[in-house]
Amino acid sequence: MAEGENKGLVLLDFWVSPFGQRCRIALAEKGVEYEYREENLRDKSPLLLKSNPVHKKIPVLIHDGKPVCESLIIVQYIDEAWPDRAPLLPADSYARAQARFWADLVDKKMYESGTKLWKLKGEAQEEAKKEFIEILKLLEGELGDKKYFGGDTFGLVDIALVPFTAWFYSYEACANLSAEKEAPKLVPWVKRCRERESVSKSLPDPLKVYEFVCFLKKLCSWHVNGHLCRPEYIVGGFRHGRLTSFVG
Amino acid sequence: MAAAALIGGWPSPFVLRARVALNLKGVEYEFLQEKYGEKSELLLRSNPVYKKVPVLLHHDKPVCESMIIVEYVDAAWAKSGQAILPADPYERALHRFWAVYIDDKVRMPPSISDLLVPSMFGIAKAQTEEAKAESVEQAWAALKLLEEAFEKLSKGKAFFGGGTIGYVDIALGAYLGWAKVIEQMAGLKLFDEEKTPLLAVWAERFCAHEAVKEVMPETEKLMEFAKMRLGK
Repeated sequence: MAEGENKGLVLLDFWVSPFGQRCRIALAEKGVEYEYREENLRDKSPLLLKSNPVHKKIPVLIHDGKPVCESLIIVQYIDEAWPDRAPLLPADSYARAQARFWADLVDKKMYESGTKLWKLKGEAQEEAKKEFIEILKLLEGELGDKKYFGGDTFGLVDIALVPFTAWFYSYEACANLSAEKEAPKLVPWVKRCRERESVSKSLPDPLKVYEFVCFLKKLCSWHVNGHLCRPEYIVGGFRHGRLTSFVG
Repeated sequence: MAAAALIGGWPSPFVLRARVALNLKGVEYEFLQEKYGEKSELLLRSNPVYKKVPVLLHHDKPVCESMIIVEYVDAAWAKSGQAILPADPYERALHRFWAVYIDDKVRMPPSISDLLVPSMFGIAKAQTEEAKAESVEQAWAALKLLEEAFEKLSKGKAFFGGGTIGYVDIALGAYLGWAKVIEQMAGLKLFDEEKTPLLAVWAERFCAHEAVKEVMPETEKLMEFAKMRLGK
C-alpha cells in the first residue's frame, strides 16, 4: 500500500520527447489526472534516478509511488490500469498482436532514422532519407484506408507514431524531406489525430521542435564522435521551449 | 496445415521462446523448419517486413516477433495451462520492462543470417582480449541486475513468473543454450554461482523444465553450428 504522500500519478518527462508525449496522449485519452514534471536532463532529479535506476531516462510514470518505465510499456499499463474507458488496444488477441508489432516497428525505426536526417550530411543523409521514406511508405501501406491504424478506434500504433509528426517540419528543413509528399496517405491520418484534444494538447509546436533540433545540431558539431546524439545526454539548456543556456 | 504452425530454425533463441510458450499451453503445432541459408516463400509471405523467424501461423494468420508471439499465445490459449504474464497491470509492466532489457543487452548482430549466432553481450564479436574482457564485465553487470530482478519478481519462488515459467523466464531462458556455447568458447562462466547464485540455480531449473528440455538445443550441436557459421 502506498503512503498518502505517494498517492496519485506523476509523469517525469521532457517537453520535446516523443516518448513522453505518447504517455501524455494515453493519459489524456483515459481522462486521468496527473502531475507533469519537466526534467532537466543534464541535472536529473533524485526522483528520476530512483524511479528508473536502470536507464535513468524519461518518461517514467509513477503511480501511487510505483514507477513504470519505457513509453510503450507505460501506454499499455495505462490501458490496463483503466480498462473501463477509451480502450487503447483492441479486444481481439490477434488484433492486439498486430498493434504491438506495428508499435514496436515505430519504436525500432522512427527515432533512429529520424535522428539521422538532421544529424548527417551529404551522402550519409541521402541514405538516411531513403531509409526514412521506406519506413513512411511501410506505415502508409499498413494504414491503408483505415481511419486509424487499429481501424475505427484511436490506439496504440497511432499513439506510438503521432508524436514524430511534430518533427516533420524539422526533417523538411534539415533534409529537404517532405513526409507529406512521400507518404500522402498519412496526411489525413495526421489531421484526424491532431483533431483529438489528447493529441493537440500533447504535441509541441513543430517550430519549437525545429529550434530544438538546431540547438542539438550545434551541440553535435562540438561532439566529435560517431554516435547518434541522444537528446537526453545533451540537453539542459532548453526549458519550456525556450533556450536558456548552451551546453559545451 | 495444422491450426497452429511455427516457422523457425532449431538454433534460434527467438524460435525457442515461441516453442516454450506453445509447450506451456500444450498447443499442438507443426514445426516448419527453415532450411539453413534459404528463406522459404512461406516465411517471406508471412513476415514481409522483417523476413525473419519465428513466425507463428494461427489459422494461417501470421504473428511475428518472439515476445509478441509469446504474449499472443498466452492470450489465445488463455484457458490452457498457466498464465505466462501476470494478471496485475503493474506486474505485467515489470515483466515487459525486463524482457525489453534482456533483448537490449543480449544483442544479436544484424549482419548475420536469421539462424543467428547471438553476440551474447558482444563477447563472441570481441576482436581483442581487452574488448572481450569489457564485454564480459558488461555481461556480468547486466546479469547482476537480472539477479536483483529475479529476487523481486520471483517472490521466493522458482521462476521470474513465480511458481511457473513466465514471460521473463522465457525471454532470458531462451539464450541459455547459446550462453553455454559462449562459456565454452570464451572459457568463462556467465551464469556464475558466486556472482549470481539465484540465476545460476534458475538456469538449471529452466533447462530441466518439461516445456523446455525437449526443445532447448544441445550445447554440442550449437557448438558445431557456431563453428560452421563462424568459419572456424
